[in-house]
Amino acid sequence: MDLNTVWFILITVLFTGFFFLEGFDYGVGILLPFLGRNDRERRVVINTIGPVWDGNEVWMLTAGGALFAAFPHFYATFFSGAYLALVLMLVALILRAVSFEFRSKDESPTWRNRWDWIIFSGSLVPALLWGVAMSGLLYGLPVDARMNFTGNFFDLLSPFTLAGGLTAVAVFTLHGAAYLSLKTAGEIRERARAAAMKVWPAAVILLVVYVVLAGTTTDFFDHVGFNPGVVPVAAILALISVRYFLGTGKDGWAFVMTAFSIVCSVVALFIGLFPRLLVSSMNPEWSLTIYNASSSQYTLKVMTIVALILVPFVLVYQGWTYWVFRKRLTVDSELEY
Amino acid sequence: MDALLLARLQFAIVTVYHFFFVPLTLGLSVLIALMESRYVTSGDPRYKTMTKFWGKLFLINFAMGVATGIVQEFQFGMNWSEYSRFMGDIFGAPLAIEALLAFYMESVFLGVWIFGWNKLSPKLHATVMWLVAIGSNLSAVWILAANSFMQQPVGYALRNGRAEMTDFFALLTNEHLWIQWPHVFASAVATAGFFVAGISAWHLLRKSDNLEIFRRSFRWGVVYGLVGTVLVILVGHTQAQYMIRVQPMKMAAAEALWNTEDPAAMSLFTIGNEKERRDVFAIRIPGALSFLVYNRFSGEVRGINQLQDEYEQTYGPGDYVPPVAVSYWTFRIMVGAGFLMLLLLLFSLRAIMKDDVVDSPRLLRLMLWAIGLPILANSTGWIFTEMARQPWIVFGLQRTSDAVSNTVGAGEVAFSLVVFTLLYAVLMIVDVKLLTRYARVGVVEPAPGAEAPQAV
Repeated sequence: MDLNTVWFILITVLFTGFFFLEGFDYGVGILLPFLGRNDRERRVVINTIGPVWDGNEVWMLTAGGALFAAFPHFYATFFSGAYLALVLMLVALILRAVSFEFRSKDESPTWRNRWDWIIFSGSLVPALLWGVAMSGLLYGLPVDARMNFTGNFFDLLSPFTLAGGLTAVAVFTLHGAAYLSLKTAGEIRERARAAAMKVWPAAVILLVVYVVLAGTTTDFFDHVGFNPGVVPVAAILALISVRYFLGTGKDGWAFVMTAFSIVCSVVALFIGLFPRLLVSSMNPEWSLTIYNASSSQYTLKVMTIVALILVPFVLVYQGWTYWVFRKRLTVDSELEY
Repeated sequence: MDALLLARLQFAIVTVYHFFFVPLTLGLSVLIALMESRYVTSGDPRYKTMTKFWGKLFLINFAMGVATGIVQEFQFGMNWSEYSRFMGDIFGAPLAIEALLAFYMESVFLGVWIFGWNKLSPKLHATVMWLVAIGSNLSAVWILAANSFMQQPVGYALRNGRAEMTDFFALLTNEHLWIQWPHVFASAVATAGFFVAGISAWHLLRKSDNLEIFRRSFRWGVVYGLVGTVLVILVGHTQAQYMIRVQPMKMAAAEALWNTEDPAAMSLFTIGNEKERRDVFAIRIPGALSFLVYNRFSGEVRGINQLQDEYEQTYGPGDYVPPVAVSYWTFRIMVGAGFLMLLLLLFSLRAIMKDDVVDSPRLLRLMLWAIGLPILANSTGWIFTEMARQPWIVFGLQRTSDAVSNTVGAGEVAFSLVVFTLLYAVLMIVDVKLLTRYARVGVVEPAPGAEAPQAV
């Protein structure tokens, strides 16, 4: 296996980790105004992700940095091409990042309510845009022979990419609800489970539509690379099984299945892309691939060594934090903030 | 305005703004870790009170740093895609390592620190704060490794129309990095010192409750700030001597030295005509610049005109003179602020040693306002070092005008510029309001005996 492929796999891992972890952060944020009926309940909801959301978001920053280091042409083409979408996303992420800290710094209900809705939109908008953007890579964007994006904001929008955005929102919301039912006790837990039940049909239908559109409007199932085969089917089946686990009160399994569904979806998308990173809708020959968009072999080698040394440490200590905060929270828990 | 100018303006605004918060994070994280360690080793609950009080302000500041830092990671690709193509092989690696090695560490452990007061032993809790401090400061090392390449390219070859890395260790052992990082670190220590001393001064003036906590904090702030300020001045001097070797044009612009001189005079105050490259009015000390550079009163320092000729021969026809007035004044404001800081800290130190600082209200009032001095020096320092490198984005390798995204139009950049500026302005108002409020609230004394640490 060449280093370009190794880095394609590492990028897949980083995006999978990002959507798995930030997926429930976004979901919890989207559910916040609906599940917390008073200030203390909302604080409980926020505190389920309070100690971990920032570390989870680093997965996104690392994925961005890794793309820059390993596939700089992709980083340049895609980030400048999706300019306005990214501006929108950055505004949402900036507001969300300060809201967790700023929310509690004033007692006034108006102030807190305003920040709660900022957390809501700061979670909804990135979820939607990430779904659209990742789908755009496979659907194709107008990229010319010199790797320049020649379209505008609306080239990002198509039935397939919009389905991708909505699916991401629905699945992350379900994932967040499953996480909340796992991390809380009492009334909030019941409400989280009820919310999961409500979101579940939409999530399943959207994911099915998304996979069908992938088959009909992209070369997902028939392009020259690998056939993704059972992976997207596994994503759908895992999501369907969530309903059973919710009904029988097996919160842990419900969460594992939403997580597994997200992992399969991301992996399937990257399998469909391989060995491309961004499909050109103008000419398949002009697609950005792991070869024409990559760094030099030397840089890839250095970065491989660095990643092999550092990633295990990160996994261990990030895993440790989930162990430290493993207890379920209730309104009677001792809450920081 | 064209897309290039707008993109530069946007980069300047979001980056300088981000750097309002970064030095305080770097410096304060170490100071709070020191306070908490002191609490653990001494068992004195007053140190826990201090840790919690300054910790709260640290977190408000940290949130702003994190939020504005996300833009930094994305904007190279968004606005500087040609730079990203040309430099990705070299610039992406330290950025990715920064995320892997440093961002994870500071973000993950800060979460544990905030929520872990009653879940971890005091010793482990203090260790977690040290990991936050180390993570934050490691991130500075890596981002400065990337920036150092832009100032002083090393370990690369020009191949396939881009700069490719040939020696990773050259990147890490870049002399520029190991002069720049200590400068940034020391300035961060100074920034945190002034922040703590300044807010403590406000409480000492008001004779707030728990005066002892603020007396102690004031001492910590002054000593810490003094260490940072002395170091930053010493390193800064070394940096200037280094700059004259590798980026002589930057130094010439900083001094508005139009022509080569030997011995070279140092400008105390110059009003110049940038277009005609001459002084309109100047007060200059003969030989002083040579002394700063060579530690003796003679020695050639090259001027702007001669360097322009040299660069035309090396790089072809073009204008290689950076904006002189901006370089000259930002350099002077930075250095001036630094020495003013030193002076204030020496007076504060004398006041601490002689008697009770509460009896020096004038000094305390000055120290409150001095919180802004290191922030001013940090900002002007970066504006200087980036502006005086122009027209290059990567010295000698790529011009800024060749680095901008060629597919992002002026309208799009104008839109994002307005959006970010408005958003940042609103956040600044909220941030300052919250910091002021929580700085004023003062400390809540823990119930006696209830918060004693476990045996150590």
